[in-house]
Amino acid sequence: MNSIDLTVAITGMNARADNPGPGVAVARCLRDAPEFTGRIIGLGYDALDPGLYLREYCDSAYLLPYPSAGDEAFMSSLRAIHDSEKIDIILPCLDAELPGMVRLTPQFDELGIRYLLPTPEQLRLRNKDRLPELARHAGIHCPEIKSVTHSGFFYQCQEEGWSYPMVVKGLFYGAHIVHSADEAADAFREIAAEWGYPVLVQRLVEGEEYNLTAVCDGSGSMLGEVMMKKMAVTDKGKAWSGVSIFDQTLYDASAALIRAINWRGPLEVEVMRDNTGHYQLIEINPRFPAWIYLSAGVGRNLPLMLLQLILGQEIAAIPAARPGVLFIRHALENIVQQSEFEAVIMNGGQQLNPVPGPSPAATANEASRQATRNKP
Amino acid sequence: MAYYRVSLFTSSGVVFMDEHKQHDNHSAVLPSAQALRRLAISESGFVFDPMSGHHFTVNETGLEILRHLQKDQDLAELLALLGQEYSVGTRELERDVLEFAGMLRKFVGD
Repeated sequence: MNSIDLTVAITGMNARADNPGPGVAVARCLRDAPEFTGRIIGLGYDALDPGLYLREYCDSAYLLPYPSAGDEAFMSSLRAIHDSEKIDIILPCLDAELPGMVRLTPQFDELGIRYLLPTPEQLRLRNKDRLPELARHAGIHCPEIKSVTHSGFFYQCQEEGWSYPMVVKGLFYGAHIVHSADEAADAFREIAAEWGYPVLVQRLVEGEEYNLTAVCDGSGSMLGEVMMKKMAVTDKGKAWSGVSIFDQTLYDASAALIRAINWRGPLEVEVMRDNTGHYQLIEINPRFPAWIYLSAGVGRNLPLMLLQLILGQEIAAIPAARPGVLFIRHALENIVQQSEFEAVIMNGGQQLNPVPGPSPAATANEASRQATRNKP
Repeated sequence: MAYYRVSLFTSSGVVFMDEHKQHDNHSAVLPSAQALRRLAISESGFVFDPMSGHHFTVNETGLEILRHLQKDQDLAELLALLGQEYSVGTRELERDVLEFAGMLRKFVGD
């Protein structure tokens, strides 16, 4: 067993109950792995991101400027954190971060920070507005998707063969099932205000939702996949409980998609099994899902596998798929002292688990705070 | 003679059939033994489909029928076996077994 005694920075420490980010779950997977003995740096965007205060998972935690602040602000903040924490590996966990992270890989290289990220082309090929083309190439069903730039579309869409209910989606986040033109126009305005244009509409597929997550090495291979059927969802349609499954058809479909784009890094394939039993591709997310802890639960710790892949270590043979393992999420109140909250608000971060020697957080805080002030 | 009652419950608690609900569905056919063999069946009557993630429960009689069907048991042989074991009329037994088999087909997507 190769021990990994490195410092890993993980983003996406937001964990609101109705729509949690994957960062805390990724950190939890690493903490569970006997092979991982290193430090975890939690990176978030909001002082109320719960992961910034969870010392059982993160050794230090910092705020980053929002991606909309630009690459320079982001790198300035990350560089300051790196100066103090000596980040060895970075694992981005949020869709909106990926384009910027991919652009910044030359600067990560300069700093000696390792990663496993898709190329800009791979990222583009799985964009929501490109999904039908990709699905066709891979031989998979996919509901029609259309880019919309004006809410007037919803009042005349029936002339173009669209009918209600349909799904209105943002390019990165957000999906609303709408039943009328007025409802659709409201959803359109809300998504456009938050995520910008284009806004997408997708034909609604009735059925059951299944997800697959995996790590991919960039050669078209899919390593250690874990499949899950949602058993209960939040108001936002996010899994609240699920059960691991194994379906060869879903495996083959996902493998075909990954081969088609030679995906590199973690990903999540979201499909609906329609009422005729066919899988319909809904989304491909360029990161681990929030339910990734199930991978540790079935003995296929995918975040650990990702680190091993990044480090060029030999990937041990993974155990057979274990269908029938459930996860049931729960909300938990973490008690946070005022001094901790103050440290995040005023200094842009804090050290959760002290290390011998000078505090790395103290030196990173000033630059991180400057960068964070740039956020919208 | 054993007490006769065959039932199958979904997670929503719906009773698909028992001795109080008689049906006239003769069109159902037996699910394939191959599809049924993938099911994980507990002695408690809890049944999980590892491919779809669905689960349901069956009572003792349903469990017995399910195990026979997994072995690709011929319908006539199955009815004869159950007829010897349970105090139930031939027509009622056949109707219930066929409906139970139809429900299983729906669950395994066969």
